[in-house]
Amino acid sequence: MAFTAPLATARSATDIPTGRLATWWVVVSEIVIFGGLVVCYIMFRLHHTDWAEHASHTSTTAGAFNTFVLLTSSLFIVLAHQAASARDLKKAFRYIWFTIGGGCIFLVVKSIEWTNEISHGYTLFTNNFWSFYYVTTGLHGLHVIAGMVIMAIISIGVKKGEHLPRVEYIGIYWHFVDIVWLFLFPLFYIAK
Amino acid sequence: MSQEHAHPNYIKIWAILTFLLFVSIVGPMAGIQAVTLITAFGIAVVKAAMVGAYFMHLNIEKRYVWYMLFTALIFLGLFFFGTSPDVLKAEGTNWVNPSPEQAHAETDGGGSHH
Amino acid sequence: MTMAESTAATESSHEVHHHKEPDFWSKYVFSTDHKMIGMQYMFTGIVMALIGGYMAYVFRMQLAYPGEHVPGFGTVTPLAYNSLITNHGAIMIFWVAMPILIAALGNFLIPLMIGCDDMVFPRINRLSYQIFLISVIVLISSFFVPGGGFGGAWTAYPPLSAQSQYNLTPFGAPLWLLAVALEFVAFLLGGINFITTTMNARAKGMKMYDIPIMVWMIVIASLLFMASVGPLIAGAVMLLFDQTLGTTFYNPENGGDPVLWQHLFWFFGHPEVYVVLLPAMGAVAEVICVFSRKKLFAYKTILYTTFATGILSFFVWAHHQFIAGIDPRMAHVFTVTTVIISIPIAEMLFCYIATLFGGSIELRTPMLFALAFLAEFLIGGVTGIYLGSSGMDIYFHDTYFVLAHFHYTFFPIAIIGFFTSIYYWFPKMFGRMMNETWGKIHFWGTIIPFNCIFLPLFVLGMAGQHRRIYNFKNFPDLATPDLHNLRIFATWSAVVMLVFQIPFMINFMVSIFRGKKAGKNPWKANTLEWTAPSPPPHGNFKELPVVYRPPYEYSVPGREKDYWPQNEPN
Repeated sequence: MAFTAPLATARSATDIPTGRLATWWVVVSEIVIFGGLVVCYIMFRLHHTDWAEHASHTSTTAGAFNTFVLLTSSLFIVLAHQAASARDLKKAFRYIWFTIGGGCIFLVVKSIEWTNEISHGYTLFTNNFWSFYYVTTGLHGLHVIAGMVIMAIISIGVKKGEHLPRVEYIGIYWHFVDIVWLFLFPLFYIAK
Repeated sequence: MSQEHAHPNYIKIWAILTFLLFVSIVGPMAGIQAVTLITAFGIAVVKAAMVGAYFMHLNIEKRYVWYMLFTALIFLGLFFFGTSPDVLKAEGTNWVNPSPEQAHAETDGGGSHH
Repeated sequence: MTMAESTAATESSHEVHHHKEPDFWSKYVFSTDHKMIGMQYMFTGIVMALIGGYMAYVFRMQLAYPGEHVPGFGTVTPLAYNSLITNHGAIMIFWVAMPILIAALGNFLIPLMIGCDDMVFPRINRLSYQIFLISVIVLISSFFVPGGGFGGAWTAYPPLSAQSQYNLTPFGAPLWLLAVALEFVAFLLGGINFITTTMNARAKGMKMYDIPIMVWMIVIASLLFMASVGPLIAGAVMLLFDQTLGTTFYNPENGGDPVLWQHLFWFFGHPEVYVVLLPAMGAVAEVICVFSRKKLFAYKTILYTTFATGILSFFVWAHHQFIAGIDPRMAHVFTVTTVIISIPIAEMLFCYIATLFGGSIELRTPMLFALAFLAEFLIGGVTGIYLGSSGMDIYFHDTYFVLAHFHYTFFPIAIIGFFTSIYYWFPKMFGRMMNETWGKIHFWGTIIPFNCIFLPLFVLGMAGQHRRIYNFKNFPDLATPDLHNLRIFATWSAVVMLVFQIPFMINFMVSIFRGKKAGKNPWKANTLEWTAPSPPPHGNFKELPVVYRPPYEYSVPGREKDYWPQNEPN
C-alpha cells in the first residue's frame, strides 16, 4: 500500500522529533496504567499484613536474575542506538538482536518461575496477592513481548539503513519496561 | 533526523546499576525492615533515575519531558492518598472489615496456606 | 534549528500531489486522511446516538406506562430495563460524546486549524478508528448474547458487575467491559496523535497563544483523558478477571475491596466529564466570537482557567461516593474541592458572556446552539453545587435530582455542543450550507422539549424518587398521580425531542447534496480552516499557511473588513 508520510510528521515546533515526542506520551500513558495497578497492589499490601508470608514464596534468585537480564538488555539497546546514530548498521542490527535475546531469556526464566509456583499450588486464584502477582508480571511480560516484536520489525529497517531514529524510540520504550521491572522486583520479590 | 549528542560511557553506567542490584539483594539479609525498605525501594528509585537519565537520555532531553512524566506520577500519588484511607480502613463506627486471613486466623487458630 | 529550517525549505517547495482518484475502499473505509477519519467517527457517533436515544425512548415509556407494550420494542422486562439504562449511559458517554466531541472534531479540525496537511501519524489515526469500530461491534453484539446486554449500571460497581448471579448477564458483562477497554485504547492512540500534532506540527509562525481555543481544549481534554484512564484500564483488567476467571480483587469475602473499583472508576470518571466538556466549550468559544464579531474576551485567562479546571478535576472524584461508606474526613476534603472547581468554570462562562457583551450578535443556528449551551450548562453547574455538598448529597444521592443534574451537563455538552459544531463546521466539512429555517425549527424543537424532560425530573428527585426503579407502581409513596403525571410529561417531551431530530437528519442529508455552495469562508472567520477550500482536498491547503496573528482579531479598529484571518500578512 503506497503511503507517503504527510509533511506534518516532519515538522518539529518543539525541537523534539515527532516520533520521540509521541514515544514519551506513550510512556506517560503506560506510567498511569502500570502505576494504577501497582498503587492498588501497594494499598492491598499495606492492608493485608499477612501478605509478606505469601511473598516469601516468590523466588528472589529468579527475580534478581531477570532484573540483571533486563538491565543488560537495556544496555544493548542503548548501544544499538549509539551505533545507529553513528550509522554503523551492522553493529546496530546485532545489538538489537542481543536485546531481543535478553527479552527471550527474561521470558524463559519467567515461565520456569511461573511453572514452579503453579506446581506448588500458588495459582491466580490462591489469594489476592497471587492474583496481583500474576496480573502485574503478566502485563509486564506482554509489554516485553510487544517490545521484542517491534524491535524485530525495526531491525529489518536498520539493515536497510531506513528509519534509524526508531532505534532510539524503541529504546525509550524498552528502558521504560525495564524501569517498571525495577519496581516490580522489590514489590513482589524482596519485600517479604 | 536523529539529533546528535554525546554518548556517555554506557558500560560504566551498566556496571553501577549491576552493583546497585547486588546491594538491593544483599540488603534484606541484614534482616532489619528499615534497611530493607531503603535498599529495596530507595535503590529502585536510584536505578530508575539512572536508567531514565542516561539510557533514556532524559538528562539531555527538553526539560518539559520530565514534567510530563512527573505529572503522571503525581496523579498516581494523588490517587493513592485519596483512595488509601478507604482501602486501608479496617473498621468504622458500625462495621468491621478485617482482612480475611485475620478473620480466618481467628476462627481456626491460623490455618496454614497450602 | 537546522532541522526546522530544512523542514521549512521542503514545505515551501512543496506542491500539491496529484494522486489518481483512489477507489472506494481506500477513500472511505481505509483512508488515512484525517478528515475522512473524523467523518467516520462522526457518523459512527450519530448512529450510536440514535441507538442510545431509542433506548431512552423505550425505558421512558416503561416508566410512564409501566408494564405496558412499548411501540417499537414490546414489553420491557426488568432484565431488559437494566440492560437498557446501563447501555444508554455507556453509549451516550463513551460512544457518542467521546467520538463526536473529541475524535470527530479533533480529527477534522486540529490539522486544519493549526495549518498542516494531516495528523502526524495518519496510520495510527486509522488504527484508532478501527479499534473504536471493533469496540462498537463488540458492544452491539453484546445485546444479542444469552442474558442480553450488561445490566449492572454504566458505573459497573462490583459486586453487581463482577458476579453474574447478581447482574444476570454472564456474557453481556465481560463483553461490555471489553468494548469499553477497546474504546479506551482507541482514544489513547487518538489522543497521543492529537497532542503530538498540536505540539509539533503547527504552521510556521503559530505561537502558543495563536492556537485557537478549540484546539487547546481538545488537547487539554486528551491530556486529561490520558492521565486519568490508566488506573481504570488496570482496574478494568482486574474486573474482567473477576468476572470471567473468578479472581477476587473486588470481593470482600476474600479480602478484595469493592470500593476500590468506585475510586478507580471515578478517578477516571470525573475528569472524563471535563474531557467531553472542554471540546464543547472550545466549539462554543469559536462560534461566539464569529457571530458576535468580537475578539474572545481574555483568551489567556480562559486558557489558564482551563488548565486549572483540568488539574482540579483530579481532586474531586470521591464526591460521587459520599454514601459509599468512604472515610468522612475525605468527604469533607472532596466537598471543598468540588465547590472550588465551580470557580474556574464560572470564570470561563463569564469570559464567554463578556465576549458577547457589546458585540454585533447574529443569531444564526450555530450561535443559537452556542447560547443555549451557556444557559443550559449553567443550570447543570449550579445544581451540581447542591450535590457537591456531602450533607445534601446524602438525601439527593441516586435520585432523579442527580439524574437531571448530569443530564443538564451532558446534554449541553454532547448534544448541544455537537449541534453547535456541526452547524458551524458543516460548510467546511461538505462544502455546502445547511438550511437556516430548518435549523431554527430543529433548535427550538430540541431545546424546549429538553427542558420539559429534565425540569420535572428535578422535582421528582426532590420528592425522593430513586434512580434505578423499574416500576414505580410498586412504591405507593412514589406512585401518586401528581408525581406520575410529571413522569408522563417528561416521557412525551422526550418523544417530541426525538421526533424533532428528523428535520435535522433531513436537513443534514439534503444539504450534503443540495445545499447552497458555501465557498471558502462563509462565516467570515479568522481561523486557518476557513482558508482551505470547502471541502478541503487531500493535503488540505493549496499552499501551507503561515500565521501572523492570534485567532480572534475581529472588528479591529481602522480596518476595512471586520475580520482579519490569521494567515493574512496585514
